[in-house]
Amino acid sequence: MGFLHLFIVNKSGGLILHRSLSSAAPQIGTNEWLRIGSTFHSLHAIAAEASPVKLPNNKNSNGAQDGIEQIEGGGVILKCLQTRTGIKFVITAEPGTSDLDTVLREIYVLYSDCALKDPFYELEMPIRCELFTNSVDSLMKRVVAGEVMMR
Amino acid sequence: MSRSSSNNILDRPLGRVGGRSTDTTFVSLSAFAYIYSELVQYHQSRAASVSELERRLESAGYGVGLKVLEMTAYRTKEMKREIRLMSILHFVSSSVWKSLFGRSADSLERSIDHADEYMIIDYEPIASTFVSVPTDLGQLSADAYVSGIIAGVLDGAGFAARVTAHNVKLEEGERQGGGSGSGGGAGGNAVPGIPPRKNKAVFLVKFSPEVLSRDAALER
Repeated sequence: MGFLHLFIVNKSGGLILHRSLSSAAPQIGTNEWLRIGSTFHSLHAIAAEASPVKLPNNKNSNGAQDGIEQIEGGGVILKCLQTRTGIKFVITAEPGTSDLDTVLREIYVLYSDCALKDPFYELEMPIRCELFTNSVDSLMKRVVAGEVMMR
Repeated sequence: MSRSSSNNILDRPLGRVGGRSTDTTFVSLSAFAYIYSELVQYHQSRAASVSELERRLESAGYGVGLKVLEMTAYRTKEMKREIRLMSILHFVSSSVWKSLFGRSADSLERSIDHADEYMIIDYEPIASTFVSVPTDLGQLSADAYVSGIIAGVLDGAGFAARVTAHNVKLEEGERQGGGSGSGGGAGGNAVPGIPPRKNKAVFLVKFSPEVLSRDAALER
């Protein structure tokens, strides 16, 4: 039980943020991260094409293109939230961790607050906003303390 | 923003509405943050240095200050013209702050080292709510726009001053100690989900010599 990593991929497959969410998370080098980001982006696109059942208008409940929403493995679950603009927020956690969806939505809110309203952030570029990383850290603290409730 | 009938700022009378001394029409913080972000980006693309960017933001606020002075001075109770240095500073940190940000500034202090310098301190400066200044821009203060507004108000009132904005790190337990911070969010940051701020905005007001000598003459 516990969160592992967060990464954000922009609409063209570039990795714009990667961050470990707990000390239990394995160390991954920056080059590997870039590879993971673009690989996930491609798999996401292939999954959307390969899916035998199309959602209405090829849109999911968020109004974004369909594709991978969740991957479950023996030692990890991966959840992806794709927004309407094609940005993908991906979180990985140990199996049995709850509230992944809530956390992804909260991170989306933080992204639109701290990164998009920052005059020094350029769209589609790596996120280097101190405020955003601090907010994600404090969000994770609140989640661990059980202050963020399922909505 | 609502376009319906009397909510429109242009349709409302210039004077106080319903006897309230503060303006009760609010603009969404997001709307302000987006437009301010664009303003900063516009000036950043045209400025060669950090100090030029600050100066550009200040001059953008200057005109606002002149206009805010007219409106706020008319809307305050006595409608009197402030001629003393302390009273105009008070007017800025309470009336002007209230009409712009919905609350008073957190404190107004006189510099210990220089007699011509005063400091207006705000723990939750609205302009830098969502701003993280990158390291290559050094000590740029995103609140330079507000310092321009202050300069405009003071200049319009006949108190020529140079106003600069500075980010100052909060000291341990500084925020909890002073209970002067009124209104705003109850503790922490005004925006839910964002951790409390580590910096405060200090607006340094340096009056020009003739203003000080005039005030000294009034003292007698």
